[in-house]
Amino acid sequence: MSSIPVTSIPPAATTGGGIWRVARTIAWRSMHTYIRRPDLFVPSLVFPLVFLASFAGGLSALGDVPGFHFPAGYTAFQFVFVLCQSAMFGGLFTGFTLAFDFESGFARRLMLAAEDRRGIALGYAFVALTRAVITLTVVSVVALATGMRITGNGVDVVGLYGLALLLTLVGYGWAAGVAFRFRSIQSGPLMQTPVFLLLFLAPVYVPLSLLKGWIHTIASINPATAFLDAGRGLISGVHNHTALAFACALVLIFLFSIWMLTGLRSAENAP
Amino acid sequence: MSEHVTQIGVLARRSMRKTLRQPFQLFPIVFFPLILLAVNASGLKAATRLPGFPTHSYISFAIAVAFIQGGMFSLINTGTNLAEDIESGFFNRLALTPLRRVSLIAGLLVGVAALGVLQSAVYVLMGVVAGAHLNAGAGGVLVILALGSLTAVGFGALGCAAALRTGSGEAVQGLFPLFFVFIFLSSSNLPRNLLKTGWFHTVANVNPISYLIEGFRSLYIYGWDGSALWRGFAVAAGLTLVALFAVAGAMRTRMQRT
Repeated sequence: MSSIPVTSIPPAATTGGGIWRVARTIAWRSMHTYIRRPDLFVPSLVFPLVFLASFAGGLSALGDVPGFHFPAGYTAFQFVFVLCQSAMFGGLFTGFTLAFDFESGFARRLMLAAEDRRGIALGYAFVALTRAVITLTVVSVVALATGMRITGNGVDVVGLYGLALLLTLVGYGWAAGVAFRFRSIQSGPLMQTPVFLLLFLAPVYVPLSLLKGWIHTIASINPATAFLDAGRGLISGVHNHTALAFACALVLIFLFSIWMLTGLRSAENAP
Repeated sequence: MSEHVTQIGVLARRSMRKTLRQPFQLFPIVFFPLILLAVNASGLKAATRLPGFPTHSYISFAIAVAFIQGGMFSLINTGTNLAEDIESGFFNRLALTPLRRVSLIAGLLVGVAALGVLQSAVYVLMGVVAGAHLNAGAGGVLVILALGSLTAVGFGALGCAAALRTGSGEAVQGLFPLFFVFIFLSSSNLPRNLLKTGWFHTVANVNPISYLIEGFRSLYIYGWDGSALWRGFAVAAGLTLVALFAVAGAMRTRMQRT
């Protein structure tokens, strides 16, 4: 048995260009699949809209609760929650795609073919961001068309969407780490449940000051509270915990990148 | 006659065991309603300060939603179990035995009804622990168990229809979010008189799930409210009837294929 000659290693693997080539190819292939399959495309757009309709429409009376003051109105207050949720779930759904690709055997073949396997993780991150951009655009257009007011300025709005995209990477980092470790769609609940809890144990319906008891205690230390406070501050122009929210998001992205890359190693070592 | 009863009994027992032996089917029945109740009851407690809100205890108001969620889990579990039987070929082998078609589905649904009573009892207990006050007293518990069971049968039959029609567990699972939308667009979080957004109020008024929720809720908040109760039972019975028609149609097609 002769070993593989050194000359057969593609030059990109040594120059670092391989990671981008792999990422670009995966991103193109996954987005192509996503857009051509309505069973993937439609639910990811419909559910945020249902949440927006249900929370902003069905709970608008909460805007009249004594002590509730939000300059941009209740629709904008709930829009920020839906935006953060859609952003994080955009990342989670990409984790599902990755797990499904492992289950179908595609990802294993991909790992054999990839010049630099980190490109796989990066490629799916591009997919998560692109999917999130599509969903966030649709949700924003619908919210604005139904009369949502934005009282923040242009820079604030850019900050709001920047924060949302960071949350997509947080959701993706967590879900991809799980997908690389379990390599099965059955790990879906493990991806979703912690994120669902993180989001709903925050001031979803009313501001933190109106929450009482155990939920107030948990919400006070929950990073999702900082995300929602910052988002609501940016949309209304009354800044609240903006720096803290960006710092929390960046720290989580860093931690989940380690989680994801160690997961990738675990997938490489899997039999 | 006794032969049919025996057939139904055997299949009902199998249907119950199949759910009770699988932790991943039992877990969501208890865990999700509990989490949603805890989160909503705490997060929306401030709503009780709105003029016109019928009670000072949001948990007593919100507990009703758990019974509907339980019904929806019956849809998923029953449908998935039947689809699994179809996928594995067990359903085809059953169809070759002298077993009557009616007994086949009736057996499944009797099992669902019994599980419906069990899960409703769990939610009643969960409510007591969480501090919900049942104004209708002990008699109210019996009515809740009956309505909970009928609701589970209605949703379970819908799951059977979907399984027979598609023969795929994945397709049945895909129905869950669709039915969840019905809960969201109802009076699940606020009473209908406090739904201020015009279109939402209209949707909640025509959404049968609103009346089903209000049937359960009336026992907690008002005690014995005949009008809310008959509407709740009418919706559950109507749902069961429609679902059974769908099951009959799907069964005919499935048997022809078999």
